[in-house]
Amino acid sequence: MIFSPVKGGGRGGRTRITRRAAVAAVGVVALLTAGACGSSDDNGGGSGSTKVEVFTWWADGGEKAGLDGLVKQFGTDCAGQTFENGAVAGGAGANAKSVLASRLQQGTPPDTFQAHAGAELSDYILAGQVEDISADYDAWGLKQAFPQGLIDNLTVEGKIYSVPANIHRANVVWTNKKVLADAGITKDPTDLAGFIADLEKVKAKGIKAPLAIGKDWTQLMLFESVLITDLGPEKFTGLWNGATDWNDPLVTKAINDFKTLLTYTNTDRDALDWTDAEKLVMDGKAGYQLMGDWEAADLDAKKFTDYAWFTFPGNGDTFQWLADSFVLPKGANNPEGTKCWLKTVGSAAGQKAFNTTKGSIPARTDAAPADYPKYQQAAMADWKSAKQVPSCAHGSACSQGWQGAANSALGAFSTKQDVPALQKALATAASQFVKK
Amino acid sequence: MRKLRHWGPGLLLLSPSLILLAIFVYGLIAWTTKVSVSDEHNALGSKGFVGLENYTKLFTEDINDRFTHSLKNLAIFTVVFLVGAMFFGLLWAFILERGIKGEGFFRTVYLFPMAVSFVASGVVWRWLMNPNKGENAGGLNAVLGGLGLDSLQSTWWTNPNWGMASMAIPAMWQLAGYVMALFLAGFRGIPAELREAAAMDGASTYRLYRNVIFPQLTPVALSALIILGHMSMKMFDLIMSVSGPQWLTEVPAIYVWQTLLTSDYAKAAAISIILLLLVAVVIVPYLIYTNRAEKNA
Repeated sequence: MIFSPVKGGGRGGRTRITRRAAVAAVGVVALLTAGACGSSDDNGGGSGSTKVEVFTWWADGGEKAGLDGLVKQFGTDCAGQTFENGAVAGGAGANAKSVLASRLQQGTPPDTFQAHAGAELSDYILAGQVEDISADYDAWGLKQAFPQGLIDNLTVEGKIYSVPANIHRANVVWTNKKVLADAGITKDPTDLAGFIADLEKVKAKGIKAPLAIGKDWTQLMLFESVLITDLGPEKFTGLWNGATDWNDPLVTKAINDFKTLLTYTNTDRDALDWTDAEKLVMDGKAGYQLMGDWEAADLDAKKFTDYAWFTFPGNGDTFQWLADSFVLPKGANNPEGTKCWLKTVGSAAGQKAFNTTKGSIPARTDAAPADYPKYQQAAMADWKSAKQVPSCAHGSACSQGWQGAANSALGAFSTKQDVPALQKALATAASQFVKK
Repeated sequence: MRKLRHWGPGLLLLSPSLILLAIFVYGLIAWTTKVSVSDEHNALGSKGFVGLENYTKLFTEDINDRFTHSLKNLAIFTVVFLVGAMFFGLLWAFILERGIKGEGFFRTVYLFPMAVSFVASGVVWRWLMNPNKGENAGGLNAVLGGLGLDSLQSTWWTNPNWGMASMAIPAMWQLAGYVMALFLAGFRGIPAELREAAAMDGASTYRLYRNVIFPQLTPVALSALIILGHMSMKMFDLIMSVSGPQWLTEVPAIYVWQTLLTSDYAKAAAISIILLLLVAVVIVPYLIYTNRAEKNA
């Protein structure tokens, strides 16, 4: 339609009949237009495409470097295919996830997208938006290359839908060596009582908040570690698949232990992100912080060397993992290219290219430790031998909705400190979200 | 045919915006309403109609009463923000109206914060409202500590009961100047004859303002309230940049966003509709009022 300016038009529809007619006419036009908008266009390169659009939220820093390494490997392994960067930056993946959700709804998925491995994928799986790639796992030998605990966590009703590119560990406590030495602490605590005794020692040295922590999700991480200690790895995993009841008295004990630990933390925790809490440790204003092992890469990048780490006391040899993984979406333009990308991601060379730069460890157990920095070598040794459990704060144990509910519940606990309320909230969340 | 000539061109000119409004405002409101009564709780799509279940669940079954908590937060924020912004706006306008020196300068100073986006000022206020006290104090608390006013140090927005009142401070800071500009225009719009007549009748300054000038400002005050009120109810960016999305400072707009991120479309739509109704409660009477006032004029 072309609208040309009309000179000397009427004096405006001020009479009753004309106004009603105008409304009616507009209504009809609007209905017609709305109907016409219903059909969606089908675009894309068709079956002959050789482009692989890789959708991630890795737009800068170590993550971008890791992705670049992977792309280089992809260029060598998959000649004839071209990589297309579909990264959406910002919001720790929140922006990317909302863009992805609308693309999946419109039926125009990227050739592959990044998602946390494990339960966070369940929404996509339920919606039938990702393909089963179990057969490729066998073909590429990934079932032997990945540890059994990981394979178990990845498998949904006998099928596997994603290839993890890396592994991070969540249940690690980072320490400031100098603060601990000043307090006369010489060895790592092995149980919760020992940890609390050490926290007391640091506190006695005038450090009011020896355990640094940040807002809701960092508190969820700490709480999950306490749960592993009090329930043990099997029962802890059961919390997320419905085998363990959240009303279990052991959970009550864990919440009380967590509450005790919170008394050693900074009171402005809800105002801090994990990097702010990390700064408290670096500045010697705190002795300890529980955080995922991306902290090692971050501390190195910030040129802080006086740090040490240990597994959360009482976790034994439990390795709480989380992973970024890639999938094959249903209706991808170039499934051949995507499969080649996934094969590269899972391959020894691809995992090495990605993880040596990103600061994580490979999911494969056959990687050579010598290629990696000090912390990663220790984590790789643990990865082979330890018991793997998933993490809710990072989506390997629970779906996004569950994760949101848990973060909110922990946020409420941070201010109210109401033990029965937290247990009830978590039990309700589990009943809403656990797979029936 | 003659009638068509009469209103046709006008309609033709209006139609692009009418069509766009019909689709992108009213059409989408209808769509949201439809989603809010469905059971589209994940990417799987809707399986059917559930009536008002999503709405009642928000009030009765939400974990930790999350939704009513967000409404409570919004109420505290809105009341403090409106009262504060109206008070300071009126005060500044009154002072400037009395004809102090350098009026143009002060007008610019007060109005300027409005030019800053909520996101940018939110980041600064996040730092200013650092909740640490005593030796670790930062931002405003450090200033207060430096002045020896330690007792005035506050936990600001991290206070579990009145945190949202602190959250309203940046909003007041940004929009009080706008209210001032509205009132100043109102003051200037009052004909000088009225003041002269009051003076002739021997009215004191207090009487002049109380009985002559302020009554004339009622429409301005109402407009200011409505404009601030609907901004306040939809507040999102400021809170996101001061505290980020979290339980403590969650308001319905942020709750919608959080719910959408977890693909719970039906719940997000239900919250949106409630938010829309809340805003409508404020806006619609105002529209009726102005419509009537225009007709009478």
